[in-house]
Amino acid sequence: MTSGLKPKHQRLVLLLIALVALIGATLLAIYALRGQASYFYVPADIAANPPEPGQAIRLGGMVETGSLATQADGVTIAFVVHDGEARVPVVFSGIRPALFVEGSGVVADGRMNADGTFVADQLLAKHDENYMPRELEGMETSEMREELQSTVE
Amino acid sequence: MIAEIGLVALWLAAALAALQLLAGFAGARSEDGKAEIAALVRPAAALQAVLCAVAFLALLYVFAITDLSVRLVAVNSHSMKPLIFKLSGAWGNHEGSMLLWVTVMAMAGGLIAAVERRLPERTMMATLCAQAFVGLGFYAFLLLSSNPFERLAEVPPEGNGLNPLLQDVGLAFHPPTLYIGYVGLSVAFSFAVAALVTRNVTPDFARVMRPWVLGAWIFLTIGITAGSYWAYYELGWGGWWFWDPVENASLMPWLAATALLHSVSVLAARDALRTWTIMLGVIAFSMSMLGTFLVRSGILTSVHAFAVDPERGSFILALLALYIGGALVLFALRANTIAEGERFSLVSREGALVVNNVGLSAILGVVLLGTLYPLLTEAFDVRVSVGPPYFNPVSAIFFLPMVVVLMIGPLLRWRRDDFARIIKPVALALAIAITVLVRVAIWNDIGILPMLGLALAAGLAIASWAPMLKRSLRRTPLAVWGMCVAHFGVAVALFGMAADSAFQQERLIAAEVGDFVEVGPWTGRLDSVNAVAGPNWTAMQANMMLAYENGPEQRARPQSRNFWTPQMETSEVALLTRWNGQLYVAVGNQGEDGRWQLRLWWKPFVTFIWYGGLLIAFGGGLSLVGRVAADLRRRRGEGDDEIAANAPEEPDSEADPEPRADGAPEAVPA
Repeated sequence: MTSGLKPKHQRLVLLLIALVALIGATLLAIYALRGQASYFYVPADIAANPPEPGQAIRLGGMVETGSLATQADGVTIAFVVHDGEARVPVVFSGIRPALFVEGSGVVADGRMNADGTFVADQLLAKHDENYMPRELEGMETSEMREELQSTVE
Repeated sequence: MIAEIGLVALWLAAALAALQLLAGFAGARSEDGKAEIAALVRPAAALQAVLCAVAFLALLYVFAITDLSVRLVAVNSHSMKPLIFKLSGAWGNHEGSMLLWVTVMAMAGGLIAAVERRLPERTMMATLCAQAFVGLGFYAFLLLSSNPFERLAEVPPEGNGLNPLLQDVGLAFHPPTLYIGYVGLSVAFSFAVAALVTRNVTPDFARVMRPWVLGAWIFLTIGITAGSYWAYYELGWGGWWFWDPVENASLMPWLAATALLHSVSVLAARDALRTWTIMLGVIAFSMSMLGTFLVRSGILTSVHAFAVDPERGSFILALLALYIGGALVLFALRANTIAEGERFSLVSREGALVVNNVGLSAILGVVLLGTLYPLLTEAFDVRVSVGPPYFNPVSAIFFLPMVVVLMIGPLLRWRRDDFARIIKPVALALAIAITVLVRVAIWNDIGILPMLGLALAAGLAIASWAPMLKRSLRRTPLAVWGMCVAHFGVAVALFGMAADSAFQQERLIAAEVGDFVEVGPWTGRLDSVNAVAGPNWTAMQANMMLAYENGPEQRARPQSRNFWTPQMETSEVALLTRWNGQLYVAVGNQGEDGRWQLRLWWKPFVTFIWYGGLLIAFGGGLSLVGRVAADLRRRRGEGDDEIAANAPEEPDSEADPEPRADGAPEAVPA
């Protein structure tokens, strides 16, 4: 198909294909990132600016003391995540991390459903005593630490 | 005492690297690379390898005897740990892993200095000079900000222990394998820089560079495959690839190395793609360093992020900027002085390999953007995480078409070809792919990506062997065997991935002792749960008997382990492996009502993913052996008086077996 092309044009065609593919990849990636990146929310953000139901997000906060309950099937748990300002009910089906307890910090991957409950696909509870979810670091000093303190006492 | 010997050896090695840098520079500047001082370069490189080995052995020793006066041991080890994990703990931390990095790098440098005599001496001097320059930066990093042999003023009574997730046999081999791959690419980088300095980009140069790229790539492939399997059975989440930033950090150098491997073949066989190959040599090592930066700087949360230390992060970032920036500037200055290579038609082996390179680069770009995006948005105070919903479809858009090209490319001749000539095998492979596609689309309700994956895997499995047609199997060069095996490995791995995502079945239940469980074709029951203890953990172990269809019952004993140094819980899954898949069983906690949480997955053909990865690496190994053997034959044939500087162009019949992959005579290039 290119035997009629001059060598110089051949190189140009190759270069163009490569450029189009790479620019295409970049644009596609940026487009997909805007749609697919899951944004990090704390309960106050959800109250102020509710995300679309079904949109993948991350929710971070503290597990409210007294809110954790296991449902009849034995593998679904329901609890409330709060940040001192707002509260979000969460349900999760799966093996919960051992260090996931009331009063601890948690980051959950999942989505809001239509009735305002957060359905978690995965719980990233702190899995050792030194681990703090990255997204909670900013809060560590202020609300979170206070919350932890008050629940321990 | 031993720790001090290690430290002294490291300082000496750093001094030798400085000597190698200066002497190599002088050598590269002189006309023929034979300045008097240049005679020091090779011994300096070889001695460095020995000294680094001594330092590394010293570190292993202090870990083996748990010498708690060494800070690194006190922080990361524990006298109660099994010996194998004491040793692997030596590199399961920031300082130790950087020492491993430097050691592997010195070994690679020593090896080139010792064995590589095919290139003009000036290019060799420039290569070793560049290698020393890169090495010096890492010596500085190690000695100034991450001294592994630092002593403590007060000896603690006991060490802190090692992250239990890392206390696994997989860890003993996973990081060294990956590091050999990462650092092996530094050799490709040094060669690329030397080529830019001396403007010597020839097929000979590519033939010298190729075994190094191939070797690094094989180790990267094994490292990624092992890492994926480790995450699969150790994390207990049932997945084999999480697009975790750290996984991406190992995938990106692999993608670049794969592209480099193919472009260097074009350069070796056809003297085309000169500047592009050099560019990829720079990019591949950049990705290794970027990966190290992402992992070691602690800006990402993961089990791999040992050091949350901004100083170290900045140091690696500075090294990254220096080396990559320097190489790119050199590239910008010199690229246009490298003479244009041979031309080729779009429909040719070269054309297909260009598509391969563009596709791999596009995937690399996609993964790179996705990995860095959270860091970018964080600069604007928006916190996001990027996961499979982004990576899977966007990388598949580039990967799946590449598989089609992969079916066709190896059948094409170099320089110019006609689709009509290869229509038969390609049509057969495509027909098989379409048959599978139709069959799956009608009978199974699965997603579009797994469906395409299954179809293309079937087509590629056939097409990957097509280059063997009309060849005498015995006389086929090993390198061609290697290519076929590796491409077949891609088909096998793709099949495993597609089959697992399409057909896996999952069951999450709370079971009492004696309860019946069922997942997919497996049935069984929970017999009992009891406590067991290991050297540094206790666990609750579920004892289950499970049978596949009506077969014999097999025992599965998943555990939920509690480590106490440091305190942490991990899931020890039970795996029942059959030829057609794996049953994956994890046990969780006991609920208040006394029932145990059990999670079971039936994962059809999931093991093919890792078999495929190993096949790819094995193909690379075959190819490497074939190339090196051919090289040795050639060297012996030419006798001892071979002077690399005047090495003649090999006659075309010896140069590269691939041009005649179809058995047809090759048009002699002008």
